[in-house]
Amino acid sequence: MYNFEFEKPSTVADAVSALGGEDAQALGGGQTLIPTLKQRLAAPSTLVSLGGIPDMQGVCIEDDGSVAIGGATTHATVASEAAGSYPALAALAGLIGDPAVRNRGTIGGSLANNDPAACYPAGALGSGATIITNTRQIAADDFFEGLFSTALEEGEIITTVNFPVPQAASYQKFLQPASRFALVGVYLARFADGVRVAVTGASEDGVFRWSEAEEALNKEFRQDALTGLSINPANMIADLHGSKAYRAHLVSVMTKWAIEACM
Amino acid sequence: MPKDSGIGASSKRREDVRFLTGAGNYTDDINVHGQAYVHFLRSDIAHGRIKSIDTSAAEAMPGVVKVFTGKDFEGVGGMPCGWEVTDKHGAPMQEPPHPILAQGKVRHVGDPIAAVVADSLEQARDAAEAIDLDIEELPAVMNMKAAAQDGSTLVHDDLKNNICYDWQLGETDDTKVDEVFANAAHVTTLDLVNNRLVANPMEPRVAVGEYKRGTDEYTLFTTSQNPHVIRLLMCAFVLGLPEHKVRVVAPDVGGGFGTKIFHYAEEAFCTFAAKACNRPVKWTSSRSEAFMSDAHGRDHVSKIELALDADNNFIGLRTNTYANLGAYLSTFSSSVPTWLHGTLMAGNYKTPVIQVNVKAMFTNTVPVDAYRGAGRPEATYQLERVVDKAARELGVDPIALRRQNFITQFPYDTPVALTYDTGDYNGTMDKLEVAADLAGFAARRAESEANGKLRGLGINCYIEACGIAPSNIVGMLGARAGLYDAATVRVNATGSISVMVGAHSHGQGHETAFPQVVADMIGIDESMVEIVHGDTSKIPFGMGTYGSRSLAVCGSAMVKATEKVIEKGKKIAAHLLEASEADIELKDGQFSVAGTDKSVAWGDVTLTAYVPHNYPLEVEPGLEETAFYDPANFTYPAGAYACEVEVDPETGQVTVEAFNAADDFGNIVNPMIVDGQVHGGIGQGIGQALLENCAYDENGQLLSASFMDYAMPRADDVPFYGVDHSSQTPCTHNPLGVKGCGEAGAIGSPPAVVNAVLDALNSGGKAVEHIDMPVSPSRVWAAMNS
Repeated sequence: MYNFEFEKPSTVADAVSALGGEDAQALGGGQTLIPTLKQRLAAPSTLVSLGGIPDMQGVCIEDDGSVAIGGATTHATVASEAAGSYPALAALAGLIGDPAVRNRGTIGGSLANNDPAACYPAGALGSGATIITNTRQIAADDFFEGLFSTALEEGEIITTVNFPVPQAASYQKFLQPASRFALVGVYLARFADGVRVAVTGASEDGVFRWSEAEEALNKEFRQDALTGLSINPANMIADLHGSKAYRAHLVSVMTKWAIEACM
Repeated sequence: MPKDSGIGASSKRREDVRFLTGAGNYTDDINVHGQAYVHFLRSDIAHGRIKSIDTSAAEAMPGVVKVFTGKDFEGVGGMPCGWEVTDKHGAPMQEPPHPILAQGKVRHVGDPIAAVVADSLEQARDAAEAIDLDIEELPAVMNMKAAAQDGSTLVHDDLKNNICYDWQLGETDDTKVDEVFANAAHVTTLDLVNNRLVANPMEPRVAVGEYKRGTDEYTLFTTSQNPHVIRLLMCAFVLGLPEHKVRVVAPDVGGGFGTKIFHYAEEAFCTFAAKACNRPVKWTSSRSEAFMSDAHGRDHVSKIELALDADNNFIGLRTNTYANLGAYLSTFSSSVPTWLHGTLMAGNYKTPVIQVNVKAMFTNTVPVDAYRGAGRPEATYQLERVVDKAARELGVDPIALRRQNFITQFPYDTPVALTYDTGDYNGTMDKLEVAADLAGFAARRAESEANGKLRGLGINCYIEACGIAPSNIVGMLGARAGLYDAATVRVNATGSISVMVGAHSHGQGHETAFPQVVADMIGIDESMVEIVHGDTSKIPFGMGTYGSRSLAVCGSAMVKATEKVIEKGKKIAAHLLEASEADIELKDGQFSVAGTDKSVAWGDVTLTAYVPHNYPLEVEPGLEETAFYDPANFTYPAGAYACEVEVDPETGQVTVEAFNAADDFGNIVNPMIVDGQVHGGIGQGIGQALLENCAYDENGQLLSASFMDYAMPRADDVPFYGVDHSSQTPCTHNPLGVKGCGEAGAIGSPPAVVNAVLDALNSGGKAVEHIDMPVSPSRVWAAMNS
């Protein structure tokens, strides 16, 4: 990697200030950024670690029953601390990467990176989460803008992610054999006012909601609700690990499995 | 009752203590005072003409010691190939030059263009970015069949085409082969691909070159399976150095799997640059570099045809293979698709007429060479897939079809140049049927089906030829090396023993198993014997470890040397006991006079050898013997494997539910180590069958260039294995009766897995004839929905 300055502020305000410098870059758990740096594919002047800010750590239950997760909370912490309050999300966190990844990688880092095969974008979009930054609150529906692209402004930091807790939810992930990212992952959440189905890994545009499936499930939440529905393969990802048609097929299968898990 | 020491005991691997507690000494752990670091600037295109390289800016960068390009190696030898294959018309193979750094053209992604030596690795990398390259991109030669056509773009401009050789083995009369097929009652044909693999040992390659001006001596520390081979090739063919001035050390090596056999440009570079820079030079491969510079494995495209008579006897076999050699000839690459592949096409069967055709191709890809099994997995995969397909087409039991065609009389001369000395293929199949509970398969299938899954059973038989030799025969076949091995047994005055061996242990457990043999022969505790390996300044000239040869070849040398030691010890004992040498027996560490209670302990004899006060005048003092051993024939391990898989028809996901192996390795020194070798081999075979795929795009870019896209098998991808090696037909021509076990698992498992998947799919009513490896979920789903 190239040389860089390193800062580890203890408040959000100090982090924002440090990120104001030219070519400064926020560092969450570094599970994407550090390998990128090692390959010399990025050359930030300063890395601003968000790992030393107590306000961005941990899982708590808000008065309205929603689960608030600090932006710098690791996957392992979510897997253990949200297990009681939001089990489906905790299960999602517990299946990301391997133990080393889960003990370094953070929810804020994952959402800000918006890898098209990452798990958390599906969890956030499927839950209708609110992404809270140092300046504003962004609904998940407005946050994800395509491959590795989000609504975040330069220097904006995800401080908290707030998850409304559904009546039932399930994340079904079909593993890409090499990376064990999601070849296709479907997060299904059933709320009193409707069902949300979010799909990761499949689309060339990144995480998306499968609205036809949501409509069908809102009419009747049953296992065969998807009969006759299919995803158009046209803008699915095709690569070494699966064709467009295979990914479109897996979206249906994973959604069906998620429905079954919520029955 | 299992033995607790010596031959046949499952002694715990003594080397694991240092490996598992971080006390190993790997090449990257070696740092020489004053060392500089080299970074190789590698081609990011597959094929291009170098128009200019400007290193002036790089040379001015901080910390830079020297920048090298191909020009610095004009007049220096290139990387040699150790095996000259003769084509079917009697002409030698086309053998293009392979410079240490690219000259004129780059020929694969990863081909080294320049090397920057600097005070630190980061400085070397910084400077490499300042090198100004002008390379004219040329069309990449990727498809082997297209590359064989006249008019194809040439990988090497000075060759007449991209075909290294067009080779044939077995029946040379095409008319005779045609007749066999014309008269057959049934012919089964199969087109298949043996997928390209990256070995990915846990430890990437490392080289540290050192030059001492005062004595004009070089030392190369390197990650090698055969330090003497590296020294010979580098000194004689590349750098032109006197061998006695060069020491090559391969210390602890973290896995080889074949890819660390070969002499690599980086080794020669570090040795050369150490003198040119007058500083030690160190190179440590990154994992990304390993993907594009370690020799790859496999990559065959084949058509195989099996002819059967009306009684289902195999009467003819014909194969046509395109074998990818990559951009350059790696050290033993040419031997893999030929003498290590064509010779195995008889398999376990008495097929009378066999014709093997191989076109070996140059392409703009990383060189391809031996990987665990080397040619034998490619042969076994073709043969056992076509036999399985024939059984399905004929509606006969695949085990019965195999048994019917087994070779049962030994020795057996195959139509493809080998003589199997011994074997019992029905014996291993009998063991397999019991161990794998094949009788219970129908019930297990019914249970899987009740859960919505398809279940399949795949059978595979294999034979391999290990301990490749004798040297005079392999020399006639084109080998430019002997294939013997050597051992020195040095008995110390107080009776402990150091055994210097030519074999190299990089995971095989020699440090445990070899002492078991010597200790058993003398009757002393294993802890009194230690193996020394991996340093040309300490060991006799041996050929290293590959091809499951170590115990069969080097172990035999060790036995011969130990026998010489015992013989001399008897002379000394006879003198001490005032008896005739012919009456002296050695048992349990005691030399005794037969039929009497007179004896003298091992330690008293060894001490006498070094303190020869009361000593036979006609015997030399000391107790140290060396032996070289050149085998009379290959050894022929063989076996039968059974794999059971479940297939999820919704997703195409395959899970390996059970895997049983019944191997005949002849006599066994350490059953636990043998189990472990088979486990590891099966794991790699399952990896090839289900997961691993080294893929290029049409422009020669490596698509699976990291673990993000190259799927290595993980612990949860494989089942608990059943391994049985109780069916034993000892090798008839080496003193231990051993055959070799290192590669069997990787040879025998891929066809078993693929046969099982096809059995599962066909049981579900979908006629699927073949799926190429890796049998990934997407490929299975595509086949089910085609």
